[in-house]
Amino acid sequence: MNVVENYDVAVVGAGHAGCEAALACARLGLETIMFTVSVESIALMPCNPNIGGSSKGHLVRELDALGGEMGKNIDATFIQSKMLNKSKGPAVHSLRAQADKQEYSKRMRNVLENTDHLTIRQAEVSELIAEDGIIKGLKTFSGAVYNTKAVVLCTGTYLKARCIFGDVSYYTGPNGLLAANYLSDSMRKLGIELVRFKTGTPARVDGRTIDFDKMEEQCGDTPIVPFSFTTDPDDVQKEQISCWLTYTNEKTHDIIRKNIDRSPLYSGVIHGTGPRYCPSIEDKVMRFADKDRHQVFIEPEGNYTHEWYLGGMSSSLPEDVQYDMYHTVPGLEHAKIVRNAYAIEYDCINPIQLKPSLEFKKIKGLFSGGQLNGSSGYEEAAVQGLIAGINAAMEVLGREPLILDRSEAYIGVLIDDLVTKENHEPYRMMTSRAEYRLLLRQDNADMRLTEYGYKVGLISEKRYRHLLEKKEMIDKEINRLKSIVIGGSDSVNEKLMQMNSTALNNGTSLADLIRRPELNYDMITDFDPDRQPLPKDVIEQVNINIKYEGYISRELKQVEHFKKLEKKLIPADIDYDDISGLRIEARQKLKSYSPRSIGQASRISGVSPADITVLLVYMEQHRR
Amino acid sequence: MIKETIAAIATGMSNSGIGIIRMSGPEAISIADSIFVSARKNFRLSDAATHTVHYGNIVYEDNIIDEVLVIIMKAPNSYTREDVVEIDCHGGVYVMKKILDVLIKSGARTAEPGEFTKRAFLNGRIDLAQAEAVIDIINSKNKYALSNSVKLLNGKLSEQITEIRKDLINNIAYIEAALDDPEHISLDNYGDKLLITVDNYIDKVDNLIKTVDNGKIFTQGVKTVIIGKPNAGKSSILNILAGYDRAIVTDIAGTTRDTIEEQINLAGITLNLVDTAGIRNTKDVVEEIGVNKAKELVGEADLILYVVDSSTELDENDYDILNIIKDRKTVILLNKSDLDTVTDADRIADITDSKVISVSAKDNTGLDELSDAIVELFASGEIDYNDEVYVSGERNKEALEETLESLKLVKKSITEGLPEDFYTIDLMNAYEQLGKITGESVEDDLVNEIFSKFCMGK
Repeated sequence: MNVVENYDVAVVGAGHAGCEAALACARLGLETIMFTVSVESIALMPCNPNIGGSSKGHLVRELDALGGEMGKNIDATFIQSKMLNKSKGPAVHSLRAQADKQEYSKRMRNVLENTDHLTIRQAEVSELIAEDGIIKGLKTFSGAVYNTKAVVLCTGTYLKARCIFGDVSYYTGPNGLLAANYLSDSMRKLGIELVRFKTGTPARVDGRTIDFDKMEEQCGDTPIVPFSFTTDPDDVQKEQISCWLTYTNEKTHDIIRKNIDRSPLYSGVIHGTGPRYCPSIEDKVMRFADKDRHQVFIEPEGNYTHEWYLGGMSSSLPEDVQYDMYHTVPGLEHAKIVRNAYAIEYDCINPIQLKPSLEFKKIKGLFSGGQLNGSSGYEEAAVQGLIAGINAAMEVLGREPLILDRSEAYIGVLIDDLVTKENHEPYRMMTSRAEYRLLLRQDNADMRLTEYGYKVGLISEKRYRHLLEKKEMIDKEINRLKSIVIGGSDSVNEKLMQMNSTALNNGTSLADLIRRPELNYDMITDFDPDRQPLPKDVIEQVNINIKYEGYISRELKQVEHFKKLEKKLIPADIDYDDISGLRIEARQKLKSYSPRSIGQASRISGVSPADITVLLVYMEQHRR
Repeated sequence: MIKETIAAIATGMSNSGIGIIRMSGPEAISIADSIFVSARKNFRLSDAATHTVHYGNIVYEDNIIDEVLVIIMKAPNSYTREDVVEIDCHGGVYVMKKILDVLIKSGARTAEPGEFTKRAFLNGRIDLAQAEAVIDIINSKNKYALSNSVKLLNGKLSEQITEIRKDLINNIAYIEAALDDPEHISLDNYGDKLLITVDNYIDKVDNLIKTVDNGKIFTQGVKTVIIGKPNAGKSSILNILAGYDRAIVTDIAGTTRDTIEEQINLAGITLNLVDTAGIRNTKDVVEEIGVNKAKELVGEADLILYVVDSSTELDENDYDILNIIKDRKTVILLNKSDLDTVTDADRIADITDSKVISVSAKDNTGLDELSDAIVELFASGEIDYNDEVYVSGERNKEALEETLESLKLVKKSITEGLPEDFYTIDLMNAYEQLGKITGESVEDDLVNEIFSKFCMGK
């Protein structure tokens, strides 16, 4: 007899998506089981040893505001932290931290193991069970059956995974872990369309054999800013470990060019589509032939090990070429390689099969998150896992799904892009993908999203109250600064000149002074005797909101227009064949994407404004 | 979901006794108020009752544009169920365009084809049967507008716009790449560099707007042929009309061998100017092709400008030409009036009934009279204008003006020392607006540009 068990939700995979999905479901009180091919690989970081970075830092902050775990986990386990783009506008400030990989995994595993309603199970899921378009559960390779009300797929890069360098290839997942070789076929049987993507990772070398004197040191920031809104900044100030910067050179490039025919990418052994933003070193050399050097960031893998990560030099060249090429880099002349660089190919889904809730359109109760949806990156995976997990829970609980739109969060942009646009490579978040970047800052993620987290049930009453108080303090202070007008007395003007600002001729509000590029909230303290002490994060919001009010209000206006189209929902049973005025291309696209709203429909390539008008007219006709 | 106020010329774009400009939307009455000066003292349209007619002037920047009747129809008792204002003006094309222009400058936007009807439907004003018709209209008109807005652009202008766009996206991509990957790409001093580029764009777009104002952007218009004997000064006349050097002007007879097209706008009438090789009996083979072509063009022309060199005697060639253009809409230009006159207006008047005007291409005199003469010829209403062409022209102009506005904002951001990520907000706007003119969608342009130009990522 095979084992049969019943759960509310099953999560397949225990990477960054799977962990968030499982935690969300269990924390909402649902009996949850999480499958992994190896309990030791929970929250594994098989590639770069950092969390965050440009726009990815935003994602982590947003996830934290919704009640996810990644932010807290990195706050507890980082070994270096940096706020990127500090000299730029607040919209593009981005937090990035180097993780102690082992600590990161260990702490996450600990959190999972201590979460009620959550069962961790080491097994390979081989089959999904669905009837009449409704998910019923799944089966493992050993034959055990788990009956569930919802399933969340977070299989990462494990489906039919193949790791390749040179002419060597292994049918394994990352780091030599077991691949999942059966689930793809089961998914296909359910009518799910799969595509093949590829990514890669550089070699790891022994730090004792690196000559750091030949490299530039890259230190962390002081003071350190934590990711989670719940982490007390005082708790994260600590000694940091440096990263190091070195460069490739013509010698490196020569070796690559001479051996390019031995690269599986160029010889055609690899079929999967790789990401353009994270090219292998051979890609960089071939595509950007005019560049005589490329940066190489040497990053620690953690305190527990001498292994160092060679950021910027991922490769799938043969082992001997890797040796020669790495040894041309200043500081790496005598480096001993611990792990080879490799490319990995894997099955993932075409995400247009998903609703914005990350549920499959055709299979009720089946959700999908993370790299399986054609994204790349730990952070992108985590936020999708969280949303997929929350929405699986909402479905089981008979509640409305949580859908964030493009004006509310990078998460909304990410998911909308995945489910609406044609995506031909692993998708990475970028700030330029967000239309309303100035509103979607990392500093205000809590203001934007805590309420959603609270309504879902992942944010405590206390945390939500705290946010409301913060909001009130900000509003009050902004109004106060706008209402206080000061005149151009000699003492005021003298101080202004000292700060390289211009003198006042007539009455000016304190807010107007803050708006001056050369001034800010703190600098005008002397002109504001009634000022009460406020928390740092409140002051930050006041300052940004006043300083960039013009831009912010312009974006808010655009959002208003955007929202109108988003709120115009297209009936699920609409028959596009019945709409006479649609062009054939638009009809086909609308049928295959079945957009949720007019707004989403308007973003599908091949659907023109005229088609949208026809659609609106048709909908109005039927509403009557 | 409909919020914007739209405006359009409701009557055809031809000269007729009366013209109607219609405006619909929440701001319709306030926009009308801002440019309407009632004959009654202290009267404002916003105080008017619905379905009332008001007499006064349209005034913009202290200039009276026309004497009009304004009809107010308040929501929901109007065709679109929104506030609707109709302005009845004198039916000249120039006046109607001017009034529409002023409405747009005051906050309305040009209506899409069929948009009044679309609003009427979406607001529940018209019934289901009519809805089908609406779809048809929208479809056919959009197809037309879509193909036209691109086709109508003349090659050179479309090239210019494409070039600016290419440059814009390149700059945006650079900044975005640097924001995305600050450790690889530096933005040090980028603002200073960008400022020069943006100033350059501002000039270019400013010129384009002027070009659109002059109607050069379209290949449709009144087909106008300039003919005359070699060296009579045809090219100089064309250059003055067009406002810049196009044909090669030299003193050697027979320089201009090809026909040259140029669009100009005289008092609201778009003239599609064709210069021709001089018509004369010639044995020069190359010239011959030009002459034949010119004779052919005269046959197709809506308007002929015949340039006579007043400093020389009329000869056999002139009589030939005058014979060819007899019975055609013609204005005869006596050029070189700055030199000693040998042939005068009376002399020509003996031969033909066409209007004769003395001009000097060199001194720039006589052009006002020419303009009046052309308006007079066409005010009789014999030439129809294609209003669809006009609508897309207006839309292009709006897009160019928004582009200019965005570029000025970029400049402001740079000079005020804002961080670089603020530049791209308005640069992107400019890019999108220009894309509306060339009919290119923006989709994924930026991300593709970033990846193709910059080596990103670790």
